[in-house]
Amino acid sequence: MEAPLVEVKNLKKYFPKNKGLFGGKKFFVKAVDDVSFTIKKGETLGLVGESGCGKSTTGRMLMRLLDPTEGQILFEGNEISSLNDNQIRDIRKEFQMVFQDPYASLNPRMKVSDIIAEPLIVHGYPKEKREERVQHLLEVVGLNAYHADRFPHEFSGGQRQRIGIARALAVNPKLIVADEPVSALDVSIQSQILNLLKDLQEEFNLTYLFIAHDLSVVEHISDRVGVMYLGKIVELADKDNLYKEPLHPYTKALLSAVPVPNPRLKRERIILTGDIPSPSNPPSGCTFHTRCPFAMEECKKVVPQLKEISDRHFVSCHLY
Amino acid sequence: MAEKILEIKNLQTHFTSDSGVVKAVDGVTITVNKGETVGVVGESGCGKSVTSLSVMRLLKDTPGKIVGGTIEFEGKNLEAISEKEMRLIRGNEIAMIFQEPMTSLNPVYKIGRQIAEAVQLHLKYDKRQAREHAINMLKLVGIPRAEEIVDEFPYQLSGGMRQRVMIAMAMACKPKLLIADEPTTALDVTIQAQILDLMRKLSKEGDTAIMLITHDLGVVAEMCDRVVVMYAGKVVEEADVFTIFENPKHPYTEGLLYSVPKLGQKVDRLDSIPGNVPTPSNMPEGCKFAPRCPKVMDICRQQDPDLLLIDKEHTCRCWLYQNSEVLEV
Amino acid sequence: MAEMKVGEVIRQPLPQAVNGTKSTPKQEFWRKFKKQKMALAAGFFVVILFILGIIGPFIAPFGAAEFDYDHILEGPSAAHWAGTDAYGRDIFSRILIGTRLSLFVSLLSVFLGSVGGTILGLISGYYGKWIDNLIMRFCDILFAFPGILLAIGIIAILGPGLGNVVIAISIFSVPIFARIVRSSTLQVKATVYVEATRSIGAKPRRIIWKHIFPGTLSSIIVNFTMRLGTAILTAASLSFLGLGAQPPSPEWGAMLSGGRDYLNNAPHVTFFPGLAIFLTVLAFNLFGDGLRDALDPKIKD
Repeated sequence: MEAPLVEVKNLKKYFPKNKGLFGGKKFFVKAVDDVSFTIKKGETLGLVGESGCGKSTTGRMLMRLLDPTEGQILFEGNEISSLNDNQIRDIRKEFQMVFQDPYASLNPRMKVSDIIAEPLIVHGYPKEKREERVQHLLEVVGLNAYHADRFPHEFSGGQRQRIGIARALAVNPKLIVADEPVSALDVSIQSQILNLLKDLQEEFNLTYLFIAHDLSVVEHISDRVGVMYLGKIVELADKDNLYKEPLHPYTKALLSAVPVPNPRLKRERIILTGDIPSPSNPPSGCTFHTRCPFAMEECKKVVPQLKEISDRHFVSCHLY
Repeated sequence: MAEKILEIKNLQTHFTSDSGVVKAVDGVTITVNKGETVGVVGESGCGKSVTSLSVMRLLKDTPGKIVGGTIEFEGKNLEAISEKEMRLIRGNEIAMIFQEPMTSLNPVYKIGRQIAEAVQLHLKYDKRQAREHAINMLKLVGIPRAEEIVDEFPYQLSGGMRQRVMIAMAMACKPKLLIADEPTTALDVTIQAQILDLMRKLSKEGDTAIMLITHDLGVVAEMCDRVVVMYAGKVVEEADVFTIFENPKHPYTEGLLYSVPKLGQKVDRLDSIPGNVPTPSNMPEGCKFAPRCPKVMDICRQQDPDLLLIDKEHTCRCWLYQNSEVLEV
Repeated sequence: MAEMKVGEVIRQPLPQAVNGTKSTPKQEFWRKFKKQKMALAAGFFVVILFILGIIGPFIAPFGAAEFDYDHILEGPSAAHWAGTDAYGRDIFSRILIGTRLSLFVSLLSVFLGSVGGTILGLISGYYGKWIDNLIMRFCDILFAFPGILLAIGIIAILGPGLGNVVIAISIFSVPIFARIVRSSTLQVKATVYVEATRSIGAKPRRIIWKHIFPGTLSSIIVNFTMRLGTAILTAASLSFLGLGAQPPSPEWGAMLSGGRDYLNNAPHVTFFPGLAIFLTVLAFNLFGDGLRDALDPKIKD
């Protein structure tokens, strides 16, 4: 079997928080708590979950924008989680990021051409070829060469996201971490960007880590999907398996909660009670037991482990 | 025929700024019947929120002004009545829920006081009764520990809880019409499911009509009886929910439906509407959808079509159906 | 069903419709600025001041040290618009000629102060941790002295003279700029586009100069303008106290000081230099206020 492009082992991120006015007792927000997964070359791994589940933090650690508290990140077999800032800078061209908010992720004071050229400058792309490359990238993402001289505010959200994608593609990365790339866009624009991402993946043999809260979007774009809840992956499987036969009660509830644009379809819905607990004080045992309709005595005490139940279908639940 | 609660006819709300007039709402006709849920669907800038603000007469602090059309609530012209009369309707007979619950709750007042305020004003309850009523409302919207929560401040609650409080506030005076502007957009799916469930229950019990403004077609399919589709400040299609989803007529409605990824749908590529949502500074001539429309004809680029009644209770603003009977406006 | 039919038509190449041309940042700034009539007038005054600073000595009807003992302490007249001082020198001419001095002293001192403060603020805000603490505590110490007292202290060490006034004013301008720049650095540093730049592998120096510094520039400009007024005032005060420009220099503060003995019978000797200082400081402050309102992206119309 081919070695995976990315391998994440027992990744943790604890944010220290001080309680009280004068420091006092220190406690930790467990944003990501023991997450492991692999991404093969050319595939798309989707990470879904609700706000605060740690999916964005995971993506940012993979990008090394945040330092992991514990755990390893291997990129093409090389450990990158322990590299220092200078070492990481050189290999950054291998992995790039597309951000959620196309309005905030582009510097409003820079022209589009300068924004897209920045990674080229940073990674020492020859000066005389830069302009040509920028023009090419604009065409690749479906914009026109004459857009290069404009400022970001002259573009709509969808067009800005295209600029952001062009910037990410500039240095021919192998991996793109896309953090909610369509959630800030209008419905009719979302599909344009999703199609673009798929086309680019085919054309440049890209690998994606696709982070989103929208289950239908993730189903559309991913090959495999990981479901996160309170800093942990609770289920990880091939897309078809996960959506057809979800095993974890949380995945089931999540899927049944998605409103389906079909008025004739009346489904039996699992409505979860209560709110997502705070990650600074997660429940004991299985973190989902407070909302789980199938919670048993064991769930309150023992933390379940991610186990392979059937072929490449991993679940972390005491029911299995 | 069902009793009409709200009737918006050919509403036009324009905003004046340095750079000219922005026609945020330019020809919106919506009727809401008693006890029914009407969905208003559209993308950013289509004027759906401005429509609701116009109904509530909340445009005062903005450069916006209603320049045409009428808004009738139970036969009363809301444009003609005084501000004092309007205050008696607002929050009492018509209530509103906003997208961002945190910014619409006053951070310095306790939850109970914010609910009780409207109740004291409109239902003439005294302080003790109002507080009791507030607690009952909180229980009704499924907030645990309601007796404690009344004395807490908005920041102490989670997003879903705050939205429940907003709903409790809105429903406290048993309004006849609830305007919900993207009530679940800021919430997670599992919380959204709870809130939608709650709204459905409350509207059934209290016989409250709901005008649900949203961009999420899934929410529309689950909640609404009738759907109004808006594009660039105009209503482009209106029909019952089944017709909209199964037999849409306007190319924009069609495009919108097919461009949304659906659970369990196995397609490699999504059908997408090309181009961008028009901005006020870039409003096309003729039909506003013409530059993005796959079925565009010459006339579309020259003249804006009228909203036509093309079938029983099915209206559409498109040149493809221009031979049908004209909707009396 | 209809899906195929529609799908085929809709799959077209993307049309390249760009939004209508919106105003550039410069146009946007001008649009907002010109709405503020007071600031516009103040800006106009400042421009005239700078022109006078350049051409003042050439258009002045009399020299700065042109004594005329036949006309001492004379009130305003057709020949001497602002009257004459104790040595018969034309006050109006001296004010004109002194404009260059006052503007030069304040520009130079605020410029030096802002450069120092900006660098410290950027470093402090971007790197944080101990270096931030060090710089900010240094600023706190400087802040503990009232500005003029600090300047007097510095001059007491360095000795009187206009050059030392420049040094003194720039030193006490440093912490003001450092604080302002630090706070906008923190703001810009938290934006997604800075994170995006970090993610492409840019070095801190590039991030600071290409992304953060331009983001703090507007607040620097605004404060620069406001500080100019204060600097003119401080320089004049120091000269008034005899710590800055020395007579017979036509520095406004020094002129004020020179007229102090004749306040009763010839108030115009102090009035006109005082008026010049007052109008100049007011103009810079109003202009700065206007700039702030026009440059602040949070203030929309």
